[in-house]
Amino acid sequence: MEKIYSKGVVLGYRRSQATQYPNISLIKIEGVVSREDSTFYLGKKVCLVSKVSKSAKNPTGHKISWGKICKAHGSSGVVQARFARNLPPKAMGAPVRVMLYPSNI
Amino acid sequence: MCDNKILSIHSLKLKNDDDAMDDGRLVINRRFWIDKIFSQTDRALDNKFVAKGLRLYSARSVANRTRTFVAKKNKVVAPKKVVAPVTPVEKTFGKGKRVIAVKASKFAPSIPAEIRSTAAKKVQQKVALRKTITPGTVLIILAGRFAGKRVVALKQLDSGLILITGPFKVNGVPLRRIDQRYVIATSTKIDVSSVKVAATINDAYFAAEKKTTKKSEGAFFSDEKKTEKKKIADSRVADQKSVDSAILAVLKKEKFLTIYLKTKFYLKKGEFPHQLKF
Repeated sequence: MEKIYSKGVVLGYRRSQATQYPNISLIKIEGVVSREDSTFYLGKKVCLVSKVSKSAKNPTGHKISWGKICKAHGSSGVVQARFARNLPPKAMGAPVRVMLYPSNI
Repeated sequence: MCDNKILSIHSLKLKNDDDAMDDGRLVINRRFWIDKIFSQTDRALDNKFVAKGLRLYSARSVANRTRTFVAKKNKVVAPKKVVAPVTPVEKTFGKGKRVIAVKASKFAPSIPAEIRSTAAKKVQQKVALRKTITPGTVLIILAGRFAGKRVVALKQLDSGLILITGPFKVNGVPLRRIDQRYVIATSTKIDVSSVKVAATINDAYFAAEKKTTKKSEGAFFSDEKKTEKKKIADSRVADQKSVDSAILAVLKKEKFLTIYLKTKFYLKKGEFPHQLKF
């Protein structure tokens, strides 16, 4: 399939050992292994595609949660993202699409 | 609030030695620096707190002061207001009559439109176009109906949006506007110096048509499905042709350019955008 987005995975929420902050999700983007590499993706929109029951309003049954990558996380290319509505815990490990817009090139 | 603003010492320039103490320590007279930073006229609009929750000037006072300030700034001389003599209203209450004084409106007087309108004219800021986007650059559209298509940039319109064209015959993208944020500028440039974009092709040209449909009862109850295809005006087709013909002539010189514009952009396996050089 022709894709114009980068694949990513939701790792979980930003957290310390005993406290988690669900307003920020951590995203691991495919091919991004350093903090320097991740600077390209800062500001880019991210979306989580999930399936919901089909209805008249949503005939395809696709639910898209939009967010944006706000900052780098650590030195290995992991990235923090804020979503319009916090991601559900079910999304941990789920694939995510990192779009190429808003573009800076 | 002026008094609570954090002043950066480094941004303040000392004009004379009076600002510094003899032993070298810098004493900052807050009011002095505030006056320097804020001009005398702006201070007229300053409405500081006198006590907790209590401002120095009332709402009415602030309105009057703003009106004076704005009028002065725009050099507007308001016509002398002729106060019509108010006749006291006599009302009957049960048995006796009483004269009721006309109460002044408790709301502050509004600043008249002629003064207000000249005050802060919002000048549409010129949107800086990324240096990589120039007329003739091949752009990759990242989102929307034509996502992935490679397209030629023509010019930047007044609104800041970029005017693009496929050309239509090559990849089906018509004359269209797009925001620079939804576009990747490639290093490929096409010579569009011979292309003449009419001045009529501007933001107004692309403005959405206002729906003039009036809901009629007959149409509401009819079962006819409106599946008529939206007809494109002949003028649009003509504009498209005139712009594209020049570009197609340029493309003819290098065959691969046409093929390039025909192919869609997409990320292949193992291709990561941060590693790509566009």
